[in-house]
Amino acid sequence: MSSTTQYLLGVNHGDEISWPEGVTADQVFADVDAFNARLREQGRWVFGGGLMPASSATVIDATGPEPVITDGPYVESKEYLGGFWVIEAEDLDEAMRWGTEASAACHGPVEVRPFQSE
Amino acid sequence: MTAGPGGHEAALVRVVREEHGRIVGALVRRYGDVDLAEDAVAEALEVAWQKWPVDGVPPNPGAWLTTTAHRRALDRLRRESTRASREKEATSMLDVPAEPLGVVDDDRLRLFFMCCHPSLALETRVALTLRLVAGLSVAEIAAGFLTEERAMAQRITRAKRKIRDARIPFRVPQRDDLPSRLSGVLAALYLAFNEGYLSVGDESGSRPDLADEAIRLTRQLVDLLPAEPEAQGLLALMLLTRARDDARVVDGRLVPLDEQDRDRWSPELLAEGRGLVRALLALGQPGPYQVQAAISAAHTDDEVPWGEVVALYDLLLALAPSPVVRLNRALAVAHVEGPETALRLVDDLDLASYHPWHVARAHLLALLGRDRESQEALDAALALDPTPLERAHLERLRDRA
Repeated sequence: MSSTTQYLLGVNHGDEISWPEGVTADQVFADVDAFNARLREQGRWVFGGGLMPASSATVIDATGPEPVITDGPYVESKEYLGGFWVIEAEDLDEAMRWGTEASAACHGPVEVRPFQSE
Repeated sequence: MTAGPGGHEAALVRVVREEHGRIVGALVRRYGDVDLAEDAVAEALEVAWQKWPVDGVPPNPGAWLTTTAHRRALDRLRRESTRASREKEATSMLDVPAEPLGVVDDDRLRLFFMCCHPSLALETRVALTLRLVAGLSVAEIAAGFLTEERAMAQRITRAKRKIRDARIPFRVPQRDDLPSRLSGVLAALYLAFNEGYLSVGDESGSRPDLADEAIRLTRQLVDLLPAEPEAQGLLALMLLTRARDDARVVDGRLVPLDEQDRDRWSPELLAEGRGLVRALLALGQPGPYQVQAAISAAHTDDEVPWGEVVALYDLLLALAPSPVVRLNRALAVAHVEGPETALRLVDDLDLASYHPWHVARAHLLALLGRDRESQEALDAALALDPTPLERAHLERLRDRA
């Protein structure tokens, strides 16, 4: 019963990251570092990191005979996945508690989404 | 047990109303599978429909249904090879000591909190609660909300899938989380109630009474959480609103509160609602539902104490500020400080897309003798989205002037 599931905590933003008024990049980095430390202390950290802008993405489609390579992100959108954590949590309640802390740390909304179990 | 004509049916309906949530809850806890629990209970009800008229209603219908549903669930787990691993899981769960208790241990309470999890949309919470806790059919829920049955079935199916995939827990929240989680449950019950309330006088016929279902569910919740005054506050608010239904709509016509025939108010519901409000006031832990109930109760006094009503609105604004509350407060202010002051308060509100704002203006302007402006306000209200009952009422007001 104490088995855990992995959840993705995803942070979406546009090409230009904008934080709320009065919040500096240094502040965000410090808050995220502290959050990461809490995740590790509690044994809930699996992986996490920030991504380079979506314009740095390359799409490869190898479903045909020859791989087709396309410049840019797969889906045109105003917002892209900008960073994420993968965490262990007992259930959605715990994952949402971490998601709440993650959102406060990165000063933006966070999407909580479960991984497939196997 | 002997049962008169239709006794079996009555017994079954009563058990479904009272026990559905408890039985589904027990199965969800045992098997960890909402679909399985729902289907097993539905099958047990089918069996009851066939057997009870022949064998008679069992002495303890709830226990009978629970046992039958458990057997059905086990049968199904054994039968379906694809669920083989889940059967193992389910059987192994029987050996696991019960998980640590939350504030209260009750399967139905866990089911309430699972169905009303904050990760589910409010409309979805209502639908799930009516389906799993109250035991309404998907068709009944769809009729209650005037939606397509297929759309409602999809909504419920999606919600059950999310519960499984995202691991929404079957658990009473921790004490720290209880107030915020409870308010999510209460909001769902209040939405169901209002949906039923709005359909009063709806002549289309087959809508089930969601207001009664919501009252029944809120009563269950109050029994499960006797120390939560907001749950009692919501129950009181529902009872006081419901008490006036027969006076509020007469011959298909909407009657405003101050013109209602008080003899048509339900004395039982009124007494229960007012009694709850008195007890809650003595408790002194006010919350938004309790204050709304107190406001509603004050409107049922022989002489409405308008000064007190304004003070209650001030308290409500402090607890849960909203422009709609300000609008209602302004209408109470009209009785204390006059329509001119009230109109100033109303005009300060940014609610032009909300038809009751125009109705309030029309009312205050009429009191001030500014009839043409009052007419215009009524026209503006009619141009928005009043319910058919309200529309007819507003048209009568406009034609009267």
